[in-house]
Amino acid sequence: MSRSALRNRPLLRTAYTQEMAMLNTPAKRRSVLAIVVLAALLPFVVTDDLLLVLTLGMIAAVGAIGLNLVTGYAGQVSLGHAFFIGLGAYTGAVLGGDPEGPVLGYGLPMWIWLPAAGVVAAVAGLLVGPLAVRLRGLYLAIVTLGLVFLGDHIFREAREITGGPGVGRRGPELTLFGIDFSQDGEVLTRGQLQFLLALVFLVVFAVLARNITRSGVGRAFGAVRDRDVAAAVIGVDLTRTKLLAFSMSSFFAGVSGALYYAVVGVFEPSAFSLLLSVQFLAMVLIGGVATISGSIMGALFIASLGRISGEIAHWLPFISDASGSSGLLSVFQLEAILYGLLIIGFLIFEPRGLFGIWLRVRNYWKGWPFSY
Amino acid sequence: MSPDPILQVRDVELRFAGVTALSGVTFDVLPGELFAVIGPNGAGKTSIFNVLSGVYRPQQGSVVFDGHELVGVRPPRIAAMGVARTFQNIELFGNLDLVDNLMLGRHHHLGYGWAAAVAWFGKARNAEVANRRRVEEIVDFLEIEAYRGMPVGMLPYGVQKRIELGRALAMEPRLLLLDEPVAGMNGEETEDMARFILDVRDELGIAMILVEHDMGLVMDLADRVMAMDFGRPLVTGTPTQVQEHPDVVAAYLGLPAKEDA
Repeated sequence: MSRSALRNRPLLRTAYTQEMAMLNTPAKRRSVLAIVVLAALLPFVVTDDLLLVLTLGMIAAVGAIGLNLVTGYAGQVSLGHAFFIGLGAYTGAVLGGDPEGPVLGYGLPMWIWLPAAGVVAAVAGLLVGPLAVRLRGLYLAIVTLGLVFLGDHIFREAREITGGPGVGRRGPELTLFGIDFSQDGEVLTRGQLQFLLALVFLVVFAVLARNITRSGVGRAFGAVRDRDVAAAVIGVDLTRTKLLAFSMSSFFAGVSGALYYAVVGVFEPSAFSLLLSVQFLAMVLIGGVATISGSIMGALFIASLGRISGEIAHWLPFISDASGSSGLLSVFQLEAILYGLLIIGFLIFEPRGLFGIWLRVRNYWKGWPFSY
Repeated sequence: MSPDPILQVRDVELRFAGVTALSGVTFDVLPGELFAVIGPNGAGKTSIFNVLSGVYRPQQGSVVFDGHELVGVRPPRIAAMGVARTFQNIELFGNLDLVDNLMLGRHHHLGYGWAAAVAWFGKARNAEVANRRRVEEIVDFLEIEAYRGMPVGMLPYGVQKRIELGRALAMEPRLLLLDEPVAGMNGEETEDMARFILDVRDELGIAMILVEHDMGLVMDLADRVMAMDFGRPLVTGTPTQVQEHPDVVAAYLGLPAKEDA
């Protein structure tokens, strides 16, 4: 069939590769292109303080995608994500940190410390994976919870690496292809540079994650999640699949952690507490379980929550801002309350998360003016 | 002289603590044969399947499939050797669509690893397309084209049973274990499934072991039948021989009560 005959029938597919394509409808292609272009233009219209929130949100999204691979796709509930994030952050900071600083640093370039952060976390994931082979559900969650406390202790005690609690250390040098992303450049400001860098990394890792989920590996994850005994009997190796899920997830976490704290600058061991794991779970739950786009939406949403509660505090007189001590609630308490409300609200009213809301909106307009 | 059996089960004994689930189970399945296992509830029919597919490991006995010992081999290896099964209570991957479920049946035919999967273009995509073609042949064979894109958990029961058969066929097995393929089906669905089972035997030539309570189906389709009770085989033979055997009648209907007074 000639291409012209297909021009008016964009949904007619004549090859399996068309259906397997990542963006397999014209609408998806157009909207993703539009979103990426808009995002690339955003740094030129938004102030730098807001850009930083979005930059950190996009980097966190890489980690959220990682958690969604193991928890959303492969169904292995992990509360240990903060540990892998921390492992990546410190690997990056040690390899890429200032050699003359007060803590360990080798001053290696970014193209070494970033992949290394991912690999170290992935290897740790591989070591933890066997736990998941024997445990499932709540029991696995409890065991992975232990990881966070283990990590917390190690990070606190290893002062030569982490600087110890209350002191902390600097992240790695953020320089790639001769561009220093930690200072204002000749054309772009530091915030604009970092935003664009984060956008590129997010797009790359989202594409990699989609490749995983649309291949046999991703199908095996889903099989293990839905019916593990049946999966084994039809030829899916449970041990291998779970190990793969944990190490891939941890790789994403490691990269995300290293990048995140390179942008933040200074960080201390208490950052990698249970709260961080819960934040990542919230990103996955609120964004949408087993969706890549949902992970991104959830991460951006959770990352902006601090900013959002700050804005709310502005309008409500009984909530004090960060500095003041008067008022019924502090802005941090408000943020914590919003967390809880959002997680409970989404679990009850829209378990498919922001992705589910998007599906509803899309289906409404697809069927318009009919209700279905 | 009959051909060499594809499956030889010898003196299999399976115990769970004090309970003996299987004892002295011995039978052969010939290539292309439709071998049925019948028996009252709890007779150990599904336990045999779990032994054959590696889910349970028997304490005694041997299971030789195509010259290879299966006892002690892990389920995914057995699947790769060519033993496929369906389940009594549907065990499909409910959140995945029909195509993904069938593609999972072809998991060990994919032949690419995680690195190729991450890169996608090249090896992974080619393998996906090639295996998708085979899956579409099975979709066509089982007449389930209409349900391709939906999560299978939302499909009707009869269709799910058919998809499960499809997933097993996608594995390209040489021995197919069917655990109550028509349980809970109405007359029409049962006839459809019977037709598919016969098609599998006649067109694909796959040896099958059928566990089923629908006696009409078993007696019509099976080449040979083994009747079991309390984990022991009672009798093995042609459907008519088994049906008329006094032990089988006793197992199903009970012995006549002894007149005491």
